[in-house]
Amino acid sequence: MTNDALKERPLCLSGKGVTKVFGSGDKATVAVDHVDFEFREGELISIVGESGSGKTTLSKMLLGLISVTEGEVFFQGKPRDISNRKKRLEYWKGIQAIFQDPFSSFNVFSKIDAVLLDCIRMRGGGHLSKEKKIEMMTEACGFVNLKYEELTNKYPFELSGGQMQRLMIARIFLLKPKILLADEPTSMIDACSRATILDMLMNLRDEIGMTIIFITHDIGLAYYISDSVYIMEHGKFVEKGTPDEVILTPQAEYTKRLISDVPKIHEPWDLSTV
Amino acid sequence: MKNTLKQVFHSGKFVAGFGILVFILLLMLIYPLFNPGNPLERIGVGTFAAPGTYVSVYDSISAEKEILRLSDADDKRLAQMMSMEDRVSMIAWFTAMDIDVTGLDMNDTDALLEMWRANYDDSARPAGMTKSKRNFYARLNNTINDASTAEALSVTEVDLATGEATDVGQIGKTDYVNINAVANVKTLPLGTDNFGRDVLKELVSACGTSLMIGVIAGIVATIIGLMLGLLAGYLGGVVDDIIMFVTNIFTVIPSFVLLILISYSLGQDQRGASTVAVVIGLTSWVWTTRSVRSQVISLRNRDHVNLSKLSGHSVMKIIMKDILPYIASYVVMAFILQVSSGILAEAQLSLLGLGPKTTEVPTLGLMMNWAMLYSAHLNGSWWAYFPVILTIALISFSLNLMNTGLDQVFNPTLRD
Repeated sequence: MTNDALKERPLCLSGKGVTKVFGSGDKATVAVDHVDFEFREGELISIVGESGSGKTTLSKMLLGLISVTEGEVFFQGKPRDISNRKKRLEYWKGIQAIFQDPFSSFNVFSKIDAVLLDCIRMRGGGHLSKEKKIEMMTEACGFVNLKYEELTNKYPFELSGGQMQRLMIARIFLLKPKILLADEPTSMIDACSRATILDMLMNLRDEIGMTIIFITHDIGLAYYISDSVYIMEHGKFVEKGTPDEVILTPQAEYTKRLISDVPKIHEPWDLSTV
Repeated sequence: MKNTLKQVFHSGKFVAGFGILVFILLLMLIYPLFNPGNPLERIGVGTFAAPGTYVSVYDSISAEKEILRLSDADDKRLAQMMSMEDRVSMIAWFTAMDIDVTGLDMNDTDALLEMWRANYDDSARPAGMTKSKRNFYARLNNTINDASTAEALSVTEVDLATGEATDVGQIGKTDYVNINAVANVKTLPLGTDNFGRDVLKELVSACGTSLMIGVIAGIVATIIGLMLGLLAGYLGGVVDDIIMFVTNIFTVIPSFVLLILISYSLGQDQRGASTVAVVIGLTSWVWTTRSVRSQVISLRNRDHVNLSKLSGHSVMKIIMKDILPYIASYVVMAFILQVSSGILAEAQLSLLGLGPKTTEVPTLGLMMNWAMLYSAHLNGSWWAYFPVILTIALISFSLNLMNTGLDQVFNPTLRD
């Protein structure tokens, strides 16, 4: 997708001066510091930064899981209102997430069926017949190469990390949100599964045309998959633009360092810069 | 779930504690079947009958007799008749008469008697000995002589209407009855207490009441602690501030003082066993609240809770399904400790005379209170309080052992 074509699409999620401060007084820590962003429909945005740069805090604010200290988030062009449970529910139909650690993402006490049935109910399918629900769950599992018959009556912890992360994607498949916030979804799983997961995410994006906000520390990965890249340092966006602009002609020192830290297979790795 | 149970029963400590508790519970269930009746029934008229088997003297007389000539019968009778006090008095007489007692063993009945027969003289007047004391020695001498002579006791039947007494038989020293032929034989394994009640029967019943008090106190404390802890931990903010403010106030007031004040103000008549249990529960929820709260705080930002929120679950559902199961093992452990401390708190309260009212049910604490009030510890009636102390210690020990066992199962860093 070209940059110009993207710019013509309607805004999906945007923010002005979004800030999060933890604590107060002398102990106050600014985790996210007045960031502005514009995410458009169908766009794949990567937010890249080191541990502690505020990526996860920002993602939780975007999801509405923690409050915004200052600034405002706009959902589909209108100021976001998540002041009561009904409105939050409505918002969460539009934005969903995949978390970093698949092993801690599921409640170990409830079965896989319950997780998927929740999604059907959330999409207003609570009244459907049992057969129809099973058909939907089978379809969702099939999309991520899992067999529903093998998963039913199992607990999430009986699966491997890669399978759990695929189950998360099956969840998104059922929910069909406008925006998917993927917080380092591949950092805890092995390289082979990683490619599969990314491939599935891309397929899903094409299938239901959603916006993906991809949070990662891997600038190489961001370059390959994104439409636009935001570089985050100490709670601020230090650079934003298309992958080519950001990675081939980096302006900020921080971006240059991030790029130089990517290990290259055919060159010796200079650890002195790390 | 099944796996967890399996693991729990692989923990040696848990199994040991559980075994002791089950043994106590079984005893509580089975013993009343063999010895039914009101545990507070006063069977003895005197206080503190020693443990042992009691044979009805009246029934023995009418039972069929056999004559057994046992060579050591006289010696045994004498040894039994001469109490420790008598023996000490005998030594005192020797000393008063300036007789050398070195090498004489007070417990050696034969040697003591031999010396007594050789030296006692009822006309002797040791210096400084009163007449009543001399009479005492004369009586003692008669008892000793009687025991070794071959007299028989005669049994007289008294006609209550006329007051006439007729001889109905004689009991010789060689007469024996088979214990099975005696109609009334009562075994009191732990004797009787100050009110003449069977201590073992009372103890078994008290054990049940005390455990019930512990369980009720534990349930009350755990429910209050759990609710407040969950709300404070999960909701945070103002709710947390208010709950922690109240909790902190209760933390700094010593709960035992509070317990004493509440029990006292309730008055003796209002204090049934369950009331006391509820009062104990109401004063001991504080630590459960604090620890549940800190557990919940560490859980509420986990990804599975976030996922539940994103799936549109209500706060209640998240607490019940995503938080509670994760702290359930911890809550069970806290509950077990609460039961244990509830039993101890009841014992402490009752010792102070603020336990359940004394007329309805025995509790372990009340039994100790009665034993103390009637100076069982001073007159050597160990059976009135020592088994009670042992029972309390055993129950506490078993519950704490179970708790440690569970801790080892649920907390991998503590595994051996």
